[in-house]
Amino acid sequence: MALKDITLGQYFPGNSILHRLDPRTKILLTVIYIVALFLAKQLAGYGILLLVLAAAIAVSRVKLKVILKGLKPILFIIIITGILNLFWTPGDILWQWGFLKLTVQGIWAAVFMVLRISMLIICTFLLTYTTSPILLTDGLENLLGPLKKLHVPVHELAMMMSIALRFIPTLIEETDKIMSAQKARGADFDTGNLLDKAKALIPLLVPLFISAFRRADELAIAMECRCYHGGEGRTRLRQLKYKTPDIVGIAGGLLLCAGVGVLGHFGL
Amino acid sequence: MEPIIQTEKLCHTYSAGTPFERFALVDVDFTAYRGEYLGIIGHTGSGKSTLIQHLNGLLKPTSGRVLFEGQDIWESKERTRQTRFQVGLVFQYPEYQLFEETVYKDIAFGPKNMKLDDGEIDRRVRQSAEFVGLGPEILEQSPFELSGGQKRRVAIAGVIAMEPSVLILDEPTAGLDPVGVSDILRNIHDYHVAKNATIIIVSHSMEEVARTVDRLVVVDDARIPFSGTPREVFAHEEELVAMGLGVPQVTRVFHRLRRLGVDVDDTVYTMEQAKAAFLDVLKRKGAV
Amino acid sequence: MSDAIIKTEHLRFAYAAEGGLSPVVLDGVDLEIEEGSFVAVLGHNGSGKSTLAKHMNAILLPTGGKVYVDGMDTCEDADLLDIRRTVGMVFQNPDNQIVANVVEEDVAFAPENLGVPPAEIRKRVDDALAMVGMSEYAAHAPHLLSGGQKQRIAIAGVIAMRPRCVVLDEPTAMLDPIGRDEVLKTIRLLNREYGMTVVLITHHMDEAAQADRLVVMAKGKVIADGSPRQVFQRVEELRAVGLTVPETVELCWELRREGLDVPLDAISDEECAQALYQILK
Repeated sequence: MALKDITLGQYFPGNSILHRLDPRTKILLTVIYIVALFLAKQLAGYGILLLVLAAAIAVSRVKLKVILKGLKPILFIIIITGILNLFWTPGDILWQWGFLKLTVQGIWAAVFMVLRISMLIICTFLLTYTTSPILLTDGLENLLGPLKKLHVPVHELAMMMSIALRFIPTLIEETDKIMSAQKARGADFDTGNLLDKAKALIPLLVPLFISAFRRADELAIAMECRCYHGGEGRTRLRQLKYKTPDIVGIAGGLLLCAGVGVLGHFGL
Repeated sequence: MEPIIQTEKLCHTYSAGTPFERFALVDVDFTAYRGEYLGIIGHTGSGKSTLIQHLNGLLKPTSGRVLFEGQDIWESKERTRQTRFQVGLVFQYPEYQLFEETVYKDIAFGPKNMKLDDGEIDRRVRQSAEFVGLGPEILEQSPFELSGGQKRRVAIAGVIAMEPSVLILDEPTAGLDPVGVSDILRNIHDYHVAKNATIIIVSHSMEEVARTVDRLVVVDDARIPFSGTPREVFAHEEELVAMGLGVPQVTRVFHRLRRLGVDVDDTVYTMEQAKAAFLDVLKRKGAV
Repeated sequence: MSDAIIKTEHLRFAYAAEGGLSPVVLDGVDLEIEEGSFVAVLGHNGSGKSTLAKHMNAILLPTGGKVYVDGMDTCEDADLLDIRRTVGMVFQNPDNQIVANVVEEDVAFAPENLGVPPAEIRKRVDDALAMVGMSEYAAHAPHLLSGGQKQRIAIAGVIAMRPRCVVLDEPTAMLDPIGRDEVLKTIRLLNREYGMTVVLITHHMDEAAQADRLVVMAKGKVIADGSPRQVFQRVEELRAVGLTVPETVELCWELRREGLDVPLDAISDEECAQALYQILK
C-alpha cells in the first residue's frame, strides 16, 4: 500500500445543509449533543437522541458504512465497557455462573452505555466529516477567542494546527521518496524482528526530521516576508457569520438538550 | 550490442480499479545496452520516473516484464534484491537521503546492505569518493556540514559504492550552477569509462544530454514515441516542442539558418559541431 | 536618487561565527534598483547573490554599510513591516512558502497579516490570482498542483501585499522547463503590464537574458553591471567566475576566435541566425 492512499483529515466534501452550517454552530451542537447524551437516563431520552443522530446522518449524505467504519478502532473499548456493565451491575439476578451475575439492570446499563459511547463518537465524526479542517480550525479559534484574555495562545495554537494540516501531505510524499531512495541502496524495511525493523527506520527518520526542520526554517522566513507578526491586528478573508439556519440549529439543539434533561429528571 | 536491461510490454497503472486510476506506462518496450551512455527525456508526468523505478525493481509491473541480463528480475525475491545492487538508482535531489554521522558511513550504507566484508567496504567507499572528487579528509566529516554540491556528490558516491553495472541518475544536475553541473557530469563520465558501466541519465536540459549521451529515449504520455542518436531525435523539433521538450539552442539556430535558405548541416547539436558546420559553409562558398 | 526603490551603500556582510566573523559574503556592494525595472542578478553558488537578495527586505541586516528600501533604512526596526510590504520575496522551494491548504486562503495570508478589511482582501486575492493566471484554482489544495503552478501561487501570495518590488531568489531552480516558462512569463507580465519592479536572482543565462539589466556577482562583489547585450560580450570574464553565456553568444564568440567578424550581442535564436546569415552574404 502506498502511503499516499491514506485519506487525511477525514473530511468528505459535500453541499448538504450540515456542510453549509457555520463551523462554530457545528462545534456547539456537538457539545450540546454530548451534554444531552449524559442527561439521558432511559429509553425515551436515548430514543430521541438516536433519532436526531440518524436524521443528521441522513441529511449529511455521508454513507452509513463510512460512519460505522470509523467505530472500528474503538470497537474493543465499546465491547469491554458493555461486558463490564452487563455483569457488574447489581440488581435482580436473571442468571448466575460463578461470580458472573447477569441482572436486568445490567442489561439495560450495558445497552445504554454502548449506545452512549457509540453515539458520542459518531456525532464527533459527523463534525469532522462535514467540516473542512481549515474551517474547523477557524471555528475553534473563534469560539476559544475569549480565552485570549486569560493569555491562552489561541491564535498560535490554531495557526500551528493549520500549518500541520498543510504539511501532512508534503511529508507523506517525502517519506515515500526517501523510502524508495534507501531501498535503492538495499535498505530493507519489511523483514527481521522488531529491533531490526526499528533500526531500519533510522535511514528514513533522520533525513525526514532534517528535512522537516529545514522546511520549518524556510517557512518561518517566508511567513515573516509576508508580514506575519502574530495574531494581533490580523483580519480574515473568510468571515464567520451566523445565519438563520445556524440560529435555528442552536436553538433546536438547546431545546433538545433541555427536553432530554427533563425526561431524564422524570426517570424516562 | 548486447542488451543489459530490457522491458517487454511494460504497463504500470497507479490506483488501479479506483476513480483515481492513472496509466503511467502503456506497453513500453525499452532497451539499454551494455556500456552505453543513454539519455531519457520527457516532461514531468510523462512516465519517465515510473519507468526508471521499474528498472531496479522498486516498482512492480502491473503487467509485462523487466529483464536484467536476460532474466526476469521478479523471478525470485533474491533476484529482485540482487537487481537493486546491480542497477544503481540515484534519485532527484539525492542529498536529502543522507543520514549518517560521517560521509564514510553514509557511503558505506549500500555496500553494508550487500553484506560485503569490511575490507571490501573500505575499498569501495574510498574509491567511490574518489570518483566523485571528494578528498579523504571529507570522509570523516558530517555530511550535513558540506555544501549543497558536495552533499550531492556524497549521495551519488553512496550508489556508486555498490558498483552497479547500470547507473541510473534522475536529474543529477538539478539546481546546480554551471560549474557544479560540469563537475557532476565529469564524475559520471569517469565512472562510465572506468567500469564500462551503462549510464542512464534522465534530464530536462537538452543542451546537457546533447553533450553527453550516445543515444536518447523520448518518453511522452506513458509511451516511447521515438528514440535514437541525438542527431536523429533532435530532427523532430516540432514534435519535441509539442511534448514540452525542445532541442538544443544551437540546433534551433541552425534550423532557422536553413529556413533562411542557407545550405548548412542543420543536424548539429553541440558547439563543436555547429562551429565546424558553419566554417564548412564558408569554405564551400570561398571555393566556389 | 528618488527613483531608486532599493539602494545599497558599501554593503558588507559576514555571518557571525565562533571567535569573530566568518569569511565575508558581501564585500562592498553598491547598487541602485530603479523603480519599474527588471534586474537579473547572476552568479554561481556562493557568489553572494542570495545573501544580497535577503538584504533587500531586511531578512538579513548589513554588518557594514547600509540598505535603503524606498528611503527606509532596513536597520530601523520600526519600519520593518513597511519595508516587507514594499519589497516582497519569493523563494526557491514553492512547497516551503505555502502556508494554507486552500489556494485562496494562502494568497490571503499576507493581506490578513496586514489587517486589510475582508472585502478588500477578497479583491486582492482575486486580482493576484488573475495576475498569475491561477484564478480557476482558487479552491484547490496546493499540494496537488504542479511545481510551476505552486510557484505562481507563491508569487500571488506576495503580490497580494501590493508590493512595489518583488525579489525572486532562484524561483525556477526546482522546476521543469514547462514550470520555468510559466514562472518567467508571469514575472515578465508583472514587470511589463503592472509596472512592478522585479529583481530575479538566478544562475540561468537564458533567464537573465530576458531582464533589462544584468548584475553579475562573484566573491561578494559586483563584477559586471549593464544590459544583457553588454554583459554577455564579456564571455571570458564570465567563464572565469564559473558562469556560462547563452549558446548563441558562445557560438558567435567561438566564430570570432576563428577570425570572423560576428557581433557578440545576438542573444535570441533569430538574432543569432540573422547575424550568421549576414556573414554569409
